[in-house]
Amino acid sequence: MLAIETEGLTKDYLVGFWRPRPYRALHDLTLTVERGDVFGFLGPNGAGKSTAIKLLMQLIYPTSGTARILGRPVGDVEMRRRIGFLPENPSFYDYLTAEELLTYFASLFDVPAGERAARVSRVLDEVGIGAERRMRLRSYSKGMVQRVGIAQAIINDPDVVFFDEPMSGLDPLGRRDVRQLLLRLRDRGCTVFFSSHILSDAEALCSRVAIIAQGRLAGGGRLADIVGADVLGWELIADGMTPAALDLLRPRTRQVTALPDGRYALDLPPEAPEAAVQALSAAGGRVVSLNPQRHTLEDYFVQHVAQAATREAAL
Amino acid sequence: MNLAAVRKVAVAVFRESVRDRVPYSLVIFAVILMAASFLMSRLTAGQDLKVIKDLGLATMNAIGLLIAIFIGTGLVAKEVERRSIYAVLSKPLSRSSFLVGKYVGLVLTLTVNLAMMTLAFYAMLQYMHLTTDDWIKQGWRAPALDPRLLVAIGLVGVQLMLTTAVALFFSTFSTPMLSMLLTLAVWVAGQFSGDLRNFQAAVDSPLAAALARGLYYVLPNLDALDVKNEVVHGLAIPWAAVGLGVASIAAYIGVLVTGAVLIFNRRDFK
Repeated sequence: MLAIETEGLTKDYLVGFWRPRPYRALHDLTLTVERGDVFGFLGPNGAGKSTAIKLLMQLIYPTSGTARILGRPVGDVEMRRRIGFLPENPSFYDYLTAEELLTYFASLFDVPAGERAARVSRVLDEVGIGAERRMRLRSYSKGMVQRVGIAQAIINDPDVVFFDEPMSGLDPLGRRDVRQLLLRLRDRGCTVFFSSHILSDAEALCSRVAIIAQGRLAGGGRLADIVGADVLGWELIADGMTPAALDLLRPRTRQVTALPDGRYALDLPPEAPEAAVQALSAAGGRVVSLNPQRHTLEDYFVQHVAQAATREAAL
Repeated sequence: MNLAAVRKVAVAVFRESVRDRVPYSLVIFAVILMAASFLMSRLTAGQDLKVIKDLGLATMNAIGLLIAIFIGTGLVAKEVERRSIYAVLSKPLSRSSFLVGKYVGLVLTLTVNLAMMTLAFYAMLQYMHLTTDDWIKQGWRAPALDPRLLVAIGLVGVQLMLTTAVALFFSTFSTPMLSMLLTLAVWVAGQFSGDLRNFQAAVDSPLAAALARGLYYVLPNLDALDVKNEVVHGLAIPWAAVGLGVASIAAYIGVLVTGAVLIFNRRDFK
């Protein structure tokens, strides 16, 4: 059974006050997410990511098309016992504490009363909310609210969890914590569907991605296939280079770039960088680093978003 | 609709509402106002008890109305505006359970507020009873601690339940400000329902009279639930009319909440 499947999912909004006309926010979205995947739903701002997620949560209704989660229609209330959802920039009740909010949500999942306190405590520990859990949410920082948002999304130990921009509002430490949490969820067998426009997060976490742009699916697939194993070249950083050594190496490089502190970045072709390294050593230079260059998710993203923009302009 | 889910939402609304400073400040305001009426009564020879009862009941009604309108119109709109509704509706909870839970939670809040004001009111009347000479008491048409005051207060409660339902209904499809104005308009019109019925006696235009008669049938008849005058002046309460009024208001609330659920179920939360 698939975790998520959509077929021809389309959403029009009416815009304009005096003469409302339809604006298509999402065009014919068809995609599937396998169980156990960490699925990155990527796109620039305003691409339609949140619209698609709201359709999956049935916060809005589709103009056409269907969507299923764990084989059940998205409107199925019972199915929601098995999913979790973090909205973008979440907001909760000012006068409740984090503990009270999570206890309330746990009760909606029918977590037995005797287990609620322990469950709430465990989940708040997991997202790094400490003694502040007994403070009212109105006193929380944006990052702390985001952590509470993540906690409420996993309070039911979901089979599928939807995170809309989970890193939003988090500092570097918070982002690291959330990345680790997503990986722990994956290790438990939970399917993670998250939207983001931060590609480094997606590259570090996802097994599969989909790119959405201009409301349309613009590309996607297994991350391993997209970034590829093929080495396109090498970046050699060297120092201690004399002009003679540079002249010696120049025929073996595609480009030489001067860096601060007398260092140079040498762009080497994919074939055997060892010869260049040996030549560098022989000329008295020193290797600082040697890194392979591969296709990146960013290259793929930029290319497919640009193609989508071109297609849209042509329509 | 799941009754257990309704209860859970109602408890959360109640917990959130009682911590909100607005009801507290309004209750304190009510207590101050009632105390002021007590001082004022000192200036009205022989009419002091009536003045206190009149002002007390009117203040409870006004404060309850403010709470019902301010919190009632924000019940849904605030959740949508602040996006807190997104997380709640993704839980195993139908939209109808959520909305009815919201309504029940606010009615619970209003009931507690009304109970607090009633206690303060009776405390003041008890003080009056203890500090007044017997010969003055003999002139009172009703005792200070008249249990029939509870009937008038209970009917204020019924009016507030209706006002909350009106506020909830409007807030499912309009802005908080517009909902506030519309709810207030319905409440005011409901207070003058009896006048609308007999409007033809005051105007010559058959069209205006027909319009007023139409409004009389559409708008809730809050006039029938107002027995403050009877209670304060020790007159008989028209139980039949009150019973009919309560039944019609209950039906009205049912229609409004059902209408609100139907609209809410179809709504997009962008």
